[in-house]
Amino acid sequence: MDKIPILKMGPFLLVTIQVDLYDRLALTLEADLVQMVNKTRAKGVLIDISAVSIVDSFMGRIIGNIASMSKLLEAETVLVGMQPAVAITLIELGLPLNGVHTALDMERGMNLLKSMINDTSNIGDNEIEEDDLIVE
Amino acid sequence: MILSLSKDAIEIIKEQDVVLFRNRLKETAIRIKMSLVNQTRLITAASELVRNMLRYANGGMCLIEIVTRGRDNGIRLTFTDKGPGIPDIALAMRDGYSTGKSLGMGLPGSKRLVNEFEIKSQAGEGTMVIILKWSHG
Repeated sequence: MDKIPILKMGPFLLVTIQVDLYDRLALTLEADLVQMVNKTRAKGVLIDISAVSIVDSFMGRIIGNIASMSKLLEAETVLVGMQPAVAITLIELGLPLNGVHTALDMERGMNLLKSMINDTSNIGDNEIEEDDLIVE
Repeated sequence: MILSLSKDAIEIIKEQDVVLFRNRLKETAIRIKMSLVNQTRLITAASELVRNMLRYANGGMCLIEIVTRGRDNGIRLTFTDKGPGIPDIALAMRDGYSTGKSLGMGLPGSKRLVNEFEIKSQAGEGTMVIILKWSHG
């Protein structure tokens, strides 16, 4: 059976979708990715769809699911490389992919993930400082 | 008046047929020099309809036609299945309505992506959907 490879890079998981997805392949990816987030304790997932020419409502739902599921496991998802024609079609279809972070390319996506992780760790630091103040 | 220039029928009975069907459609769209955005709209709409056919009717047939109205060429797709049919088409065409577990975007969404959209269904006998997309416009 076909599978889409998931690569681990530091605290992130990288997925590059190079083939046209059919439904079962997309579902397998969803399950594999969520398992991998849990197993590797990844902080972020980067999905590159620059080679994907069609995103229909099913694919859109899978992408949304991956983002929501990863969020529950404390990981952020960034979708990168969407083709302009795909963006036009998704909006006209009525699928704005709310709640999914996007970036124009891999590099910007990676930066976005890094900044999101830093943000959350900073918030943690601030809370500790506030606690310290209260103690004082 | 719309004239049909070529016909190509594809049977869709399993999921992998969808990839083959999309590729065939892509080739046809490139042959008539359809703009990239329109290709994407057409293939996405077709993808929604094919999925419906597989999910609710265990597959069916799709006819790919190149049509012309003089200067402009387009592609007309006719999807026919022998599934359970759609009892209430107006309801099925509403955004967010689904009897399955989907988002309910398929039918109304594909209508927004094409120039012409026609749906006929007889409960217990099957469903026919015809869509048409011009190369430009």
